[in-house]
Amino acid sequence: MVLNIGCAARPGKAGDNKTGSWRVFKPVFNQELCKKCGLCALLCPEGCVTVNDEEEYIPDYDYCKGCGLCAEECPADGAIDMVQEEK
Amino acid sequence: MLKITEGSHAVAEAVKFCRPEVIAAYPITPQTHIVEALAEMVANCELDSEYICVESEFSALSACLGASAAGSRVYSATSSQGLALMFEVCFNVAGMRLPVVMSIANRSLGAPLSIWNDQQDSISLRDSGWMQVYAEDNQEATDLHFIAYKVAEDHDILLPAFVCFDGFILSHTYEPVDVPAQEEVDAYLPSFKPYQRLDAADPISMGMYATPDYYMEFRYEISRAMERAKEALKRAGREFDEEFGRDYSAPVEGYRLEDADTAIVALGSICGTVKDAIDEMRGSGRKVGLLKIRSFRPFPDKEILKALDDVSTVAVLDKNVSLGSGAGGALGLEVKDALYGSGIEVKDYITGLGGRDVRKRDIANITDLAESGKGDMYYGLREEVL
Repeated sequence: MVLNIGCAARPGKAGDNKTGSWRVFKPVFNQELCKKCGLCALLCPEGCVTVNDEEEYIPDYDYCKGCGLCAEECPADGAIDMVQEEK
Repeated sequence: MLKITEGSHAVAEAVKFCRPEVIAAYPITPQTHIVEALAEMVANCELDSEYICVESEFSALSACLGASAAGSRVYSATSSQGLALMFEVCFNVAGMRLPVVMSIANRSLGAPLSIWNDQQDSISLRDSGWMQVYAEDNQEATDLHFIAYKVAEDHDILLPAFVCFDGFILSHTYEPVDVPAQEEVDAYLPSFKPYQRLDAADPISMGMYATPDYYMEFRYEISRAMERAKEALKRAGREFDEEFGRDYSAPVEGYRLEDADTAIVALGSICGTVKDAIDEMRGSGRKVGLLKIRSFRPFPDKEILKALDDVSTVAVLDKNVSLGSGAGGALGLEVKDALYGSGIEVKDYITGLGGRDVRKRDIANITDLAESGKGDMYYGLREEVL
C-alpha cells in the first residue's frame, strides 16, 4: 500500500488489507494429526483456512490474525499448535 | 484604504475577500463578532457562501472538515472552550491534510471560567498538525488570513492553519486597518484547487484506517509538510509584501535587537507593549530588544537561534502554562530548546493569564529579573490572595 496524502483510499475489498501483520501467535497445522473434521475452516473468523488439492487444511498467513480459535476448538490433540512468532 | 474598525470586523472583511464557499461556526466570546459579521454579509448577499448554523463547535469544525473534503474553501472561528470541544476534529482535519483556516480569538480555558485573554487555547493544540500564526495588531491579524489560506492550500503543504489574535485586546479594539480590495486579494489568492476531493463519480475515502505498519509514516509525512511550511510561509509573506507593501516574510521579527544584550521573546499583541517598554528602557540607556515570534507552528528554531546569537540574556513571555513542567510555558520551553548549547541564559515568565494586564512597567520589571538571573516563574502573582 502506498501512503496517499491524508490517508485517502479508493473503494476496495477487505482482502486488500493483509491483516496477518497483527499476529503474535501463529497457528501451525500438523497435517499427520489432522482428522479432517473442518472445524478450523468453519470457525475461523477471517475465513482464511481453506482446503487444498491434497485435502489438507491450510491457514492463509497473509490474513490470519492469530486469534487461536482454530487451535482452541480443534478436537485432534496437537493438530494445531500456536507458536509465538518473531518478526 | 485605512479604515477605523473593530479587529473582529476587519478579520470578517478579510475572510469575505478570501471567498470561503462554506462557513460553519458557533458563537463564543470573544470570537462572536467575526461570525456575526460574516452571517450578516451572507444574509445581505455580499458574500456568496454556504453558512451552516450548527449546535456546537464540534459540529462546526466537523462541517468544515466535510466541506473541505468535498472541495470547498472553508472557514471557521472559535476561542477557548470552543476550540477545546474541537480537539478531536482538529487532529482529523490535519491528518486528512485539509487546508481549513480558522481564526482563534485567544481566550483562557476554564475552570475557573474566564472569558479574558491568554493563549492557552491555541497553544494547547500545538501538537495537532495545524499551523499557528500569531498577530501583534489588527492589521497583522487581517493580513495573516490571506497568507494562511495561500500556504494551507499549497499542494506541497496541505495543512490547516490557526490565525491567532488576542481576544478583546485585538478582537474588540478599534484600530486603523488597511483592508485590501477584492481584486487585490483575488490576484494574491487564487480560487481553491483541492488536491483531492470527495466525488460520487470517482469515490475515495479520507483518513482511512492505518495499522501499526503505516500510522507512524503518516505522522512523519505531516512533520515533513510542517517543515516545508517554514519556507512556504516566508514565500507567501514575501509575495504579500510585493502585492500589498506589508512584509510578513520573516517567521520572527526583531525590534531594536541589533546591539541588544537582553532580548524579550513574545507572541501576539503583547509585542506592542514590549516595543513601547523597550523604547523607554533604551531612553535610559539599557540595551534591550524584542524578538517577536509570528509563526509558532512551524516553530522557527533556526531563525530564533540566528536572531538571538549576540544577546546574553533572553526573557520569554508566556501567556500560557504547561502545567507540571515547572514554571514553564510552551514558548519558553521551545525557545530553550532552540537555544540549547548556545550559552545564552533563557528565563521564562508566565504572565497575563486569564486577562491579567501586562503593562510597560511589568516588562521593565521582567527585564530586571532576567538580567539578575531570576526567572522561570509566574510574574505578577498577587501574593496577598494566595
